Parts: sequence; C-alpha cells; structure tokens
Amino acid sequence: MSMLRVQLPGLSLKNPLMPASGCFGFGREYSSFVDINQLGAVMMKAATGEQRFGNPTPRVAETSSGMLNAIGLQNPGVEKIIETEVPFLAAYDTSIIANIAGSTIEEYEYVAKTFQQTKDIHAIELNISCPNVKEGGVQFGTDPSMAAEVTRRVKEASNVPVYVKLSPNVTNIVAMAQAVEEAGADGLSMINTLTGMQINLDQRRPIIANQTGGLSGAAIKPVAIRMIYEVYKQVSIPIIGMGGIRTAEDVIEFLLAGASAVAIGTEHFQNPLICIDIIEQLPEVIQKYGFTNVEDIVGKGHI
Amino acid sequence: MRHIQRAPLYSKKRIAKDTVEMVIQSKEIAEQARPGQFLHMHVPHHTLRRPISIAHIDRENHLITILYKEIGSGTRTLSQCTVGDEINVLGPLGNGFPLEQQVGSTALLIGGGIGVPPLYALGTELRDRGVNVISVLGYQTKESVFYEAQFKELGETIIVTDDGSYGEKGLVTDALSLLKDFDHYYTCGPKPMIQAVVNSIDAVPGHISLEERMGCGLGACFACVIPTDDEKGYKKICQDGPVFSQEEVVL
Repeated sequence: MSMLRVQLPGLSLKNPLMPASGCFGFGREYSSFVDINQLGAVMMKAATGEQRFGNPTPRVAETSSGMLNAIGLQNPGVEKIIETEVPFLAAYDTSIIANIAGSTIEEYEYVAKTFQQTKDIHAIELNISCPNVKEGGVQFGTDPSMAAEVTRRVKEASNVPVYVKLSPNVTNIVAMAQAVEEAGADGLSMINTLTGMQINLDQRRPIIANQTGGLSGAAIKPVAIRMIYEVYKQVSIPIIGMGGIRTAEDVIEFLLAGASAVAIGTEHFQNPLICIDIIEQLPEVIQKYGFTNVEDIVGKGHI
Repeated sequence: MRHIQRAPLYSKKRIAKDTVEMVIQSKEIAEQARPGQFLHMHVPHHTLRRPISIAHIDRENHLITILYKEIGSGTRTLSQCTVGDEINVLGPLGNGFPLEQQVGSTALLIGGGIGVPPLYALGTELRDRGVNVISVLGYQTKESVFYEAQFKELGETIIVTDDGSYGEKGLVTDALSLLKDFDHYYTCGPKPMIQAVVNSIDAVPGHISLEERMGCGLGACFACVIPTDDEKGYKKICQDGPVFSQEEVVL
C-alpha cells in the first residue's frame, strides 16, 4: 500500500513499522506467528565483536505500565550472526537493520567492518545507549564528543547508512543528536531505555540481578515523544522513533513529533503480532486524522 | 505449533492458601500440549504475560488445567477473571517432559509448592502409559497442600510440610532417603529444592523443570537463560526448557 511507504537512507520501507532491537531476537522465534514479509524492516538484536553471555538472572521485572530489563547484550557475536541469522532474515522481503554494540571504539569498528561481509544488511543502528553493560555502551551515549567519535569511526568502517540510537539518560538530548549528525550519522533512532530500579520488599533487594535495568513500555512514551519533538527541530537527518508504542494512534503521535518511521519493542511480549496488527489498522487511522500518507504526517505536530 | 487465542475460562476455584486452579477451554492447546509445557497468560493492565505450567490436559473435552499461586499484582488480577471470560493465552510453549519411560518401570515425582502442578500432568500421562508413579510433595504448611487425593490416585504419595502441620515434617529430600526403587526422577519446585534433590540422588537419571522471570516466552528476548557446563554456553528456559535433564544445565 503506497500510502504507507517510507524512504530513508538505505531503507526503502513498505511501511513504517519494525520490531525494535532486542525484543524480536533475529526474527526466527517470532516467524511462526508473524509474517516477516509484511514488516517494514527488522532491527536485529545487538551484535558485539565476540559472543557475550550477558548478565545474571533475573534480567526482567515488570513495572507500572512497563518493564525493566538488563539482558546485557547477550548475543553469539557478529560472525556467527552473519553466518546463521542474517541468511534466515534475508530470505524474507524486508529490510534488515543490524544493531551494533561494543565496549571500545575498536570493537564497534570491528563489528561494523565485519558486517560488510554480507550484502544483506541495509543499515546499521549504532547502539551507543545500552544502559546494561559495565563498559562502553552508555558512556558513548552520554558524552557528545565520545558519541561523535564513535559515530565517525563506525561511518568510516561501514558501507551502509548508520542510524545512531540515542540514550534518553542525558540532560540535553539535542546536543547529543547534533553531535552525531555533525559526525556523519545518516539518521537517528530514539529512544533507548531509561535507567531504573525496582526493589522487592520481601527480599529487600533490587529485583534485577544487575540492580538497575532499562525501563521500556508505555511508561516511557511521553519521554520519547518529547525528545523526538525537541530533536526534530534541530537536526536535518531522519528519526526512527520508539518507546512504548502500542497502538496505531501512538504511531501517528510519533510521526507528528517528527519520527519518519517507528519501532515497537516491549509490546511484542504481550502481542507478538503487534506490528502486523498496526500495519493493518494504519491506513484507516491515517485517514481518520486527515492525512493521506505516512510521509505527510512527519513533523506536523510542530507549532 | 503454538497459538495465540482467546480461550474461555471454564472453571476457577481456590484449592489451597493463595493457590488457584483454573480450567480453560481450547481445542488446539489441549490437542497439542504435553506435560511440562506452559501457557503464557495475558493479564489485563500488565506489560508482561505470566508463564504458568500445565497441570492437567483433558484432550477429549478440550480442557487445560493450570494452577498458580497469587503472589503479586499480576496473579491477583488474573484471579479476577470469572467463568466464561475469554483469556488471551499464548501456548503451549516450551518443551515438555520426556515420556519414554519403560512400561513397568517406576517414576519418582518430587514437587515443591507451586512446582507440584506440572508433575501432576506428567504423572497422569506416565501412569496411563503403564509406568508406576511414586510422588513426594512438599508444601509450607497444611493450608498450602493441594492435589493430595489426585496424586494418591496415581500411586504412593508422601506429603511433607516445612512446619509438620500436615504429613511428615521436613523437606522432600528427607523423604527421598526412604525411597530406593525408582528408575527415573522428575522434579519441579524452588531452585534450592531442585539443587538439593539433584545432589541427593545418585546414579538415577532425572529431569528438572525450572522457572525464571520471563519476557517473550518464545526465546527471542534472552531474559530467562541458564548457564550450561561448556564455556559461555546457555539454554533458554522458555524455549529450550523449562524441562532439562539434570546434567544439562548448571543450577
């Protein structure tokens, strides 16, 4: 359906919906429910240079209107992902976005360069915002000059467009966005999770073994909308928006704030078919709010 | 094949302290479910589903029984469903217990608290296949005991309680020392209990069923992993388990 089409650097999307990184694995586990061909794109689970086991359990805890997670970037390593996971997804008619993470700039570079081995990746999502690993990750995402440096180096190491995933755990999100734009980012993806904690009263201990975790789900949607709204006015690169989306109306809200496409994460745990359901509902909801296509809506919430 | 569906609640009753038995109706799930698998139950106004193991499968009448303990907001909300309500159910998920035990051999079921329910589905199936079933079930107190009569129908059943208010006083492992003749054991309960059981039984193969806080329930989110012996090895409880052979994972 042409009214849903979205053109972004490296991505020719049949619709603006994609599962967010980390909540959809590499697509395989969901493929018995979800027709992956219908998705605009798939954001793969984060890849690091080597295999990582991640954090001790418990790794998740439910909160009011959301959840905390501290998985710790568990993944089989970039080479294994290229060998076993990318071919699985590449058999479908959808765009593949590789989320890359690391503890050092060199590791980020290595992962980006290694992904050049496959022609099946359409874009990179540079994860400088994972709050759940001890080194790297969030530090790169909270200091504008470090964010710019890792963006520059990954751009050089990569042959596909790079979308930098911003952390909301900063006081000035616009400064972060501008720094990575200046460093050559082709787009932004925002927001990652907000660092949080929940304590079990009986045990008098944080529920999550890592103590802190990243808050996601409906609880963070207003934060995401506000940050996208602020950033949209100050940068000229496109934004893939995410954070608590559960309905087609939520998608419209993200587009109005300035996102060009959207990703859904946590809601998959409740409804594995959430992207497909919203893709089906979206044309009617777009018309209901007086628009004719997705691209028309982007940024229209700005005064 | 797994299903997401709205399954009507057929019956609901409180069978012990904070313990609720729910029977839901689903042809597809009843036909496919195996003992040891679980259902991922949607709870209104909650972000995450609740994984609950299957306690009984009535294939003829398309009924699946689940038992859970009310311990938090999610399970309390689930209990507010009334008969006839449709509950959004994802399942059956995970891998069940192996059922290949030889006819005429003996299975020992060792359950603790809310780890008892999946063993009932297993015991029923094994008994129907001609396996002798012995059960050792541990509960906190007399008020938390459930399914004693049902297990007794399957075979010899020993009940223990932490405080001695019912059955023998002590832990399930205390009762194990009295039992010698069994060919395979199956256990589910709190992790310390499973560890103690595995450590106290030598030279008999066993299977354990584990639980952990889960996200997707499908193996995609890596929330519920457990390490294996090999370096950086792991299994996902939701997808590779929840049933494992006793040497497969590191407790």
